[in-house]
Amino acid sequence: MSDVALPDDRTAAFLDAERNGVADDEVAARGSVRQLLLLIGRALVKQPSLVVSILLLATVALAALFPEIFTSFNPIRGHGGARLKPPSFEHLLGTDHMGRDLYTRVIYGTRESLQAVVLAVSVGMVVGCGVGLVAGYVGRWVDDILMRLVDVLLAVPMLLISLAIINALGFGMVNIAIAVGIGSIAGFARVTRSQVLKIRSAAYIEATLFAGVGRTRVLLRHIIPNALGPVVVLATLELGWSILSVSALSFLGFGPPPPTPEWGQLVAAGRDYMSAAWWLTALPGLVIVFTVLAANRVAQELAGREVAGS
Amino acid sequence: MMTRFVLKRFAHAVGVLWATFTAAFLLLYALPGDAALSKLNLGGGGAYSAEGLAKMRAELGLDQSVFVQYGRALWAALHGSFGVSVQTGQDALQMFAVGVPETLTLAALALVMGLVLGVGVALLAAYVQSPLLRGVLLSFPVAGVSMPSFWVGLVLLQVFSFQLKLLPGMGNDGVASIVLPATVLAIPTAALIAQILSRSLSGVLASPYIATARGRGASRSRLLVNHALRNSAIPVMTAFGTMSGQLIAGSVVVETVFSRSGIGLLTVKAVLFQDTPIVLVAVLFAASVFVTVNLIVDILYPFVDPRIEIGVRRLDILGARA
Repeated sequence: MSDVALPDDRTAAFLDAERNGVADDEVAARGSVRQLLLLIGRALVKQPSLVVSILLLATVALAALFPEIFTSFNPIRGHGGARLKPPSFEHLLGTDHMGRDLYTRVIYGTRESLQAVVLAVSVGMVVGCGVGLVAGYVGRWVDDILMRLVDVLLAVPMLLISLAIINALGFGMVNIAIAVGIGSIAGFARVTRSQVLKIRSAAYIEATLFAGVGRTRVLLRHIIPNALGPVVVLATLELGWSILSVSALSFLGFGPPPPTPEWGQLVAAGRDYMSAAWWLTALPGLVIVFTVLAANRVAQELAGREVAGS
Repeated sequence: MMTRFVLKRFAHAVGVLWATFTAAFLLLYALPGDAALSKLNLGGGGAYSAEGLAKMRAELGLDQSVFVQYGRALWAALHGSFGVSVQTGQDALQMFAVGVPETLTLAALALVMGLVLGVGVALLAAYVQSPLLRGVLLSFPVAGVSMPSFWVGLVLLQVFSFQLKLLPGMGNDGVASIVLPATVLAIPTAALIAQILSRSLSGVLASPYIATARGRGASRSRLLVNHALRNSAIPVMTAFGTMSGQLIAGSVVVETVFSRSGIGLLTVKAVLFQDTPIVLVAVLFAASVFVTVNLIVDILYPFVDPRIEIGVRRLDILGARA
């Protein structure tokens, strides 16, 4: 085993583990953590804003999954003696009118917001790509009808489409997510359709069809994988826009009922204490801003790579 | 040629409006929810008899098939009737029309502010030589589209109204009350204009005729304003339809934040009370604004860029001029 050449930084860990009798996979894990940290460190120097953005998004995702590891306070039950306290070391973002820690409420609100955003983007992507794929691949009158529907979705601003859908479906985060998702169908449909049209006319597709490969197989093996790049870029962009739309709809009062924390709803709740407690509106909003900025930065990077790659 | 083109675009616009009406009708009336039920719930707090419900359904025409209902609704809509508001019992269109001037004033002011700010940032970013300064200028639009407008509104309210006490924070009274809402509404518009224009400017500035003008000794600012700006304007014009929609949608949020009366606040209240006729009018109004603006922009293209003939783009002339 000792004659195997190991990279320098792993050799030390390996020998160290050998001495302490740690199992092989644990060594690998320790080594990969170190490598990961090195990788992050190197990237941080080269592209600081991108790395910070990715780390921020990872933290947001982690907060949505395991809010309890970020805070020891309770998001629903407050502390009577700590009402409307400004930000401090104990309460990073201050406390609200019921003495609840605002930082804790933002952390616990992440799940509601992020679930809705992921659902919204999924709805928009699945339906939009489906529409674009069928329109581009089948063509003719199917294309005409589907694209006229997309015209309607483009003629009415997204927020109003969402409001009309909420009017039909009712309130709540799931309905908000569906509403925002439907509002984003048009974008996905147009991008997918134009990709399909471009790829379909490529010479190699013609050759494949000519060689006797079935249309369905060509669609699954060649057209869909090749159309995916721009769709992924759009999905990342939609992530940022959906955070804005979801939080706006929840701010307007269509989100979860009061005790449940959610980003937009937290800002709305702070409105009643504007003169006494600026932090209740300003700080949860700032969390939204940073998250959207991070998502847009990642989308910009992906878009750049997509352009460079094609 | 011109008349035929305008008629064709007009027919397309009417088609989009009809499709919007149909889609909105199917969504709002044929899907779950029952206008009779919500009306009874609103009136009597849940106490109603089965006959009462049936009577109300017959009164509202809900016992008919979807096609009959759709036909009736379309016929009524063509005569300017979209039903009565569930909240007030007033005609939905009339109730909506009251709010239109307030919101259009706000949107128009925001559009002017957005144009000045957006064009200003884009021109300045193209003018400055230092890459650092240019980077800072071009990061403004990115920040502008990443901030939720309800938050921007509340922060401005906090600073200028609560802390500095410079401007009124609520309501529609006086000129001063429109400043903050218009600013909030202008920010995403300005950001969009700046992004589109700076991309388009950098393309135009790389073209040969700019090099010629520079060779003849035109100054940097003259080059930008007199030579490049007009040719870079077309993509911005194309986005005007989307921007007008954004402004109307934005008024929903801004009017809520600043408690200003207008169609935005009206729409939010309508959705809160499931006042479907008002929501339908709001959707159709936004779509009408969008198709109208696009129609006007289509007609205006050749005036801004004479190389664009209605219906045809003669790119060969571009080569000849360069």
